[in-house]
Amino acid sequence: MKMLTVAGPPSSGKTSVILRLAECLEQRTGVIKFDCLTSFDKSRYDEAGVPVQIGFSGKFCPDHFFVNNVEGGVAWGLRRGLDFLVTESAGLCNRCSPHITGVTGICVVDCLSGVHTPRKIGPMLKLADIVVITKGDIVSQAEREVFAWGVRQVNAKSQVFFVNGVTGQGAFMLAKKASAARDVDSLSDTRLRFTVPAAACSYCTGETRIGENYQMGMMRKMEYDL
Amino acid sequence: MNTSFDLIIDSWTLEELTEAYPVARDFFLNLNLPPLNPGRTLADALLAADDAWLAEFGLTCHEIPAQLAAFLSAMTAPETIREIASITIIGGRNKLGEPEDVELRVEAGTVVSVVGPTGSGKSRLLGDIECLAQGDTPTKRRVILDGKALCEDERFSLEGKIVAQLSQNMNFVMDLTVAEFLEMHARSRAAGQAPAGKTEQVVQTCFSCANDLAGEKFSLDTKVTLLSGGQSRALMVADCAYMSSSPIVLIDEIENAGVDRRAAITLLARKEKIVLISTHDPLLALSADKRVIIKNGGIFKVLETSPEEKASLAEIGKMDDMIARIRRDLRHGERIKV
Ligand SMILES: Nc1ncnc2c1ncn2[C@@H]1O[C@H](COP(=O)(O)OP(=O)(O)O)[C@@H](O)[C@H]1O
Ligand SMILES: [Mg+2]
Repeated sequence: MKMLTVAGPPSSGKTSVILRLAECLEQRTGVIKFDCLTSFDKSRYDEAGVPVQIGFSGKFCPDHFFVNNVEGGVAWGLRRGLDFLVTESAGLCNRCSPHITGVTGICVVDCLSGVHTPRKIGPMLKLADIVVITKGDIVSQAEREVFAWGVRQVNAKSQVFFVNGVTGQGAFMLAKKASAARDVDSLSDTRLRFTVPAAACSYCTGETRIGENYQMGMMRKMEYDL
Repeated sequence: MNTSFDLIIDSWTLEELTEAYPVARDFFLNLNLPPLNPGRTLADALLAADDAWLAEFGLTCHEIPAQLAAFLSAMTAPETIREIASITIIGGRNKLGEPEDVELRVEAGTVVSVVGPTGSGKSRLLGDIECLAQGDTPTKRRVILDGKALCEDERFSLEGKIVAQLSQNMNFVMDLTVAEFLEMHARSRAAGQAPAGKTEQVVQTCFSCANDLAGEKFSLDTKVTLLSGGQSRALMVADCAYMSSSPIVLIDEIENAGVDRRAAITLLARKEKIVLISTHDPLLALSADKRVIIKNGGIFKVLETSPEEKASLAEIGKMDDMIARIRRDLRHGERIKV
């Protein structure tokens, strides 16, 4: 079974890209969607006949939740006899990246999202093998090129694809590239490409009151100007 | 591949490095690195940086020089433009599923107009060329360069590089001024090596050309998102003409854009290019060497512009000028009499 980790900011078009990709792959593709509180994507995958599992991190750190559950996802994919397993996550908290060494990592960004967005996205873009730029059909070629250049500045090694999530244009080439992903049958002893946030403080365990008295554990204080 | 950059990064001071490769500044900015001593080499300067701070960004001081080398080698890779002598469009199916029985070959230096009712598939034809379709678009057309089929790798590496395109999209979305936008585009095109002076020159040329084409003037510090439709289009035309050296130019319905369309086409069709213009404008349609008539999503006819048609151009040009004069007079509150 081949595996892809797909990440990207909310509403960047991840689900559409994955659906278009699944069409082009013409293989049994399944998806694990990691979300925080709600998800509206299940019905879209169901409609397309793509088997899907949804994981809600709820009150847990979405990054830690991802790491703790992704291996179970691989086992699920194998039980289901999938040829392709895709994880979809909404960029977790932007600081993080769900990309794993040895697993093809894809970051989806929307070229309407602002010229400085690639710089703000962080490791999930920086450490991706493939960057998919969506919504390029809405702007001029000049603007697409400026945006793609911003992406290359943050991640010079990645291959950049423009995919139209509505018509599927570009998904074909992406599928060709994705098909070269390595086979994965377990994630045991593989590594995240980037650390998840380190925090175990009172707020992690449900504290809601604000004030020094309630702040315990690992935390960091900002230094404000006088 | 990065060895020459590895050596440079090892031995040059940061000042020398950013002087020779200004794009290196972007690398440091993107990493959000604290200020480094410009008189030192990168490795020495990093010794002074806080390891814990770097670690939070998932970096060690050993990785950074290698990352910079990879960055510089990607950013300064020269953009090689493939010369193209001809493209051939091999018919697929029209919207009714009927075979489109044509093989349309267009040589460099030729202007082809694409005409047909709205919704007939003119933009689709341009789109097929843009993505170098290989039977994988709704029309099932195939596009061939210089008489040879493309392999997938070639197609991927050529996509977006051999075609300069003016689509029907007339708005900008980026939060940049005209000057910032042109400068970024120039830098992205110039593979990071262009001396600052050259970038400035291209920016100026594009800017003044865009202002000549646009009805109303705009300034370098206007936000691109605030440009009118006509101004945006003028800027896109100028950008396409001066920043891009792509051998194929695709123009989609430029006439509704409030720019001097004849000047725009002349500008875009300079040099030995292959130019396709989708248009409803008789003057543009007949100025081309050939015209393709689209019906129901398929190429219905291909006509060479006949000598009579060429001869009629002068007369049509006069009518066009007359309409333009009437339009101008109307806008300025004059009375009209023909
Ligand atoms: N041969 C074809 N088969 C299927 N759909 C087509 C074909 N040609 C065009 N279309 C579709 O028809 C619609 C209208 O075409 P478009 O190119 O936008 O028309 P025009 O530019 O002439 O107004 C588009 O959705 C396009 O994808
Ligand atoms: Mg059109």
